[in-house]
Amino acid sequence: MIIINILGLALIALIIWWFWLYKPRQTQVQEQPLTIEVKDGVYTPAAIQVAAHQTVTLNFLRKDHSPCSEMLLIPSLGVSEQLALDKVTSVTLSDLAPGEYAFHCQMQMYRGTLTVV
Amino acid sequence: MSDSKANQQLLIEGAGCASCVGKIEAALNKTPGVVSAQMNFADRSVLVTGTASTQALIAAVEAVGYNAKALDEQGDEDLLGEKELADKAYYKTLIRDTVIALSLGAPLMLFGLLGGDMTVATDMQRAAWLGVGLLTLAVMYFSGRHFYTGAWKSFKNHNANMDTLIALGTGTAWLYSMVVVAIPEAIPPMARHVYFEATAMIIGLINLGLALELKARGKTSAAIKRLIGLQAKTATVIRDNKEVEINIAQVLLDDLVKVRPGEKIPVDGVVNDGHTFIDESMLTGEPMPVEKSQGDEVAAGTINTSGSIRFRATRVGKDTALARIISMVKRAQNSKPPIGRLADIIATYFVPTVMIIAVLTALAWLNFGPEPALALAMVCATTVLIIACPCALGLATPMSVMVGVGKAAEAGVLIRNGEALQTASKITAMVLDKTGTITEGTPQVTDLLIADKHQQQKVLQLAASLESGSEHPLAQAIVNKAKEQDVELLPVDSFKALTGLGVQGRCDNKALLFGNAKLMQQQGIRLGDFSERAHNLAKQAKTPMFFAIDGELAAIIAVADPIKEDSIAAIERLQNNGIRVIMLTGDNKETAAAVAHKAGIKEFFAEVLPEDKANKVKELQHSGELVGMTGDGINDAPALALADVGFAIGTGTDVAIESADITLMRGSLHGLADAIAVSKATLKNIKQNLFGAFIYNVAGIPIAAGVLYPFFGMLLSPVIAGAAMAFSSLTVVSNANRLRLFTAHKAKETQA
Repeated sequence: MIIINILGLALIALIIWWFWLYKPRQTQVQEQPLTIEVKDGVYTPAAIQVAAHQTVTLNFLRKDHSPCSEMLLIPSLGVSEQLALDKVTSVTLSDLAPGEYAFHCQMQMYRGTLTVV
Repeated sequence: MSDSKANQQLLIEGAGCASCVGKIEAALNKTPGVVSAQMNFADRSVLVTGTASTQALIAAVEAVGYNAKALDEQGDEDLLGEKELADKAYYKTLIRDTVIALSLGAPLMLFGLLGGDMTVATDMQRAAWLGVGLLTLAVMYFSGRHFYTGAWKSFKNHNANMDTLIALGTGTAWLYSMVVVAIPEAIPPMARHVYFEATAMIIGLINLGLALELKARGKTSAAIKRLIGLQAKTATVIRDNKEVEINIAQVLLDDLVKVRPGEKIPVDGVVNDGHTFIDESMLTGEPMPVEKSQGDEVAAGTINTSGSIRFRATRVGKDTALARIISMVKRAQNSKPPIGRLADIIATYFVPTVMIIAVLTALAWLNFGPEPALALAMVCATTVLIIACPCALGLATPMSVMVGVGKAAEAGVLIRNGEALQTASKITAMVLDKTGTITEGTPQVTDLLIADKHQQQKVLQLAASLESGSEHPLAQAIVNKAKEQDVELLPVDSFKALTGLGVQGRCDNKALLFGNAKLMQQQGIRLGDFSERAHNLAKQAKTPMFFAIDGELAAIIAVADPIKEDSIAAIERLQNNGIRVIMLTGDNKETAAAVAHKAGIKEFFAEVLPEDKANKVKELQHSGELVGMTGDGINDAPALALADVGFAIGTGTDVAIESADITLMRGSLHGLADAIAVSKATLKNIKQNLFGAFIYNVAGIPIAAGVLYPFFGMLLSPVIAGAAMAFSSLTVVSNANRLRLFTAHKAKETQA
């Protein structure tokens, strides 16, 4: 029983580490526009790094039929775009100040971050 | 780079003659990567084949002196059509998945409910359940694959969502059951129970929930659909003296557009020739068609009712008033009021938290639970995973905002964002500008009192002729009056404007003098009993002016800015809502008092300079009021910006969208009460949704974990949890849809 309890607690620790503490590797935007695939509950890539004070174009390619994926919101930048299915929807952001900008779907099931450095 | 398109279409601006065609084609053909470029002169488009980037093509066209833009931007209408098709297809898939999963799950569950043995004891049972287990795997593959791929992909990305919970829940139930079947010895005899029916039922029910939710979601965008539906699809333009019918996306600035009776105006413009009546009700709410002739503006989306006109396009594509309204409504529909922020924060941590709770639940059952502890631990953990529904929480706010903002737009009220929506619902004081807000804003002649020996028509003719040289808005009212009565204007000599007094001049060989009482006194003209009559007019919020012919008083002409027909009722609606209504005006006290009295306003401030309006708003805010300010959006801009919610009165076609939190497309003040009523209803709806979603999760998760078991011996079946979860988000969407039934008009009746 002790072993089971330790295993359970370890599982909890693993959940906390995997979902909350782990910092994902950033995809640096080298060439523009960067295409982000919206499929199966994730943005690929989901962690994006761009240089500050530049015009950045993100092309979102939505492949998920579920209406959950249809909106793209970047609340701190006032962006809200409807993503067309099986098509690229471009979002152009200019002159971004350094910082972290979260982007997600309406229900926050799809989540990503744009890090401006 | 995704720029290597095979075909792309460009729209060329500024190509006026057929000879441009060769030049543009040559320039494009010289661009590296272009295989061919063919221009269609009739619709000013070029079809380019090759791998060159759009930017390079545009640059090439610009280098030879024309403007070009890419024509791959889709119209709202196309997008909407595609979305509907995609949704329909997705709906079919979901229903198919539901049927597959339920046709296995339902008989299994029925078997269990009717007392069938769901345990593994004999070899016979093992073989039978192995078959069922494999069938369940097939269901998981055919109907539930999207949950598992989504969960796995999210997991790899250190993300967890709805799919994670469903995949974990159904996966655990299946795996456990398979272990029971494959290696029964590993499980204590009492716990050798299979739960294949749970896996199949949950997959089926959740797919069904998603399908119904998709249907309900479609309804939330009804308002925007209606707006998009106002747009015309094609336009008839005159090119090279020929009429060509083209897609509205191809209409260029300065194109001459022809509109026949019954057709929609495709883009914004100014009438070039022709005469007609246009139904603008969809934009302004004004039910009567408006007369249009040369020089008048027409707006996209309105309907030409009677005659044929040709007009010059002044705003096309995304710049038309209608397109801007649509994009503003869309943006607002997706913005969130502050009330939704807590739910957002919770949603961020929700799924991993539920996973942790599930693990803790299993541990609790294993440590303290009765036999069969292992089976109970597994069932309860699964139920926790399945019942938790982040979707209901995440959908609560956006769905209501979507419907509420759309509803407001239908009532002619454009709400900028969720924050404005939330604040508008709490306004305690409303400041109204007088001119143009409470009143029409265009002065009209109300009284014409003629001295005995003069003839009305002649007096009006002389007065209007004299005033036609003046820029003053009151003068304009008199000229308009003369025009209405078809009075011919005569030439005027030695016209002179006397600052602060009036004007003088000679016309028809008579010396004319027009102005206030002071001017008459100065010129030694006796007013007699007209002085008294002028005073009475002033008391009725009218501005009396004196007109003298050859040194003798001939008439008093009173001009007033009439109160809008429905201002009084609208102000009453606000007051009935418990809102303190205050009027501000730059006018003198007498007029202000008269207008305020007529409009039913108790508090007013007269002779307020435009810059002081903002100060008044500030004063009210300091006294603890949540202040709404309503003005025309131009000279009231500072006060509008300072107020907690700024309402701009638009004149329909030329909407002052940028300046205010809320724009009233029609001039009527009923828009204010409507805006507040819609905001209140929306906020109430959001609160119901949030409350429901919170309670659902806060109560559902512990029950699923089995907290009721020690007291009542009650456990929740994972299938019930699946049904509850599927229908909780459907409930949220349906509740939001209830807002669609809300009508501002109904609100008016209940308050009357």
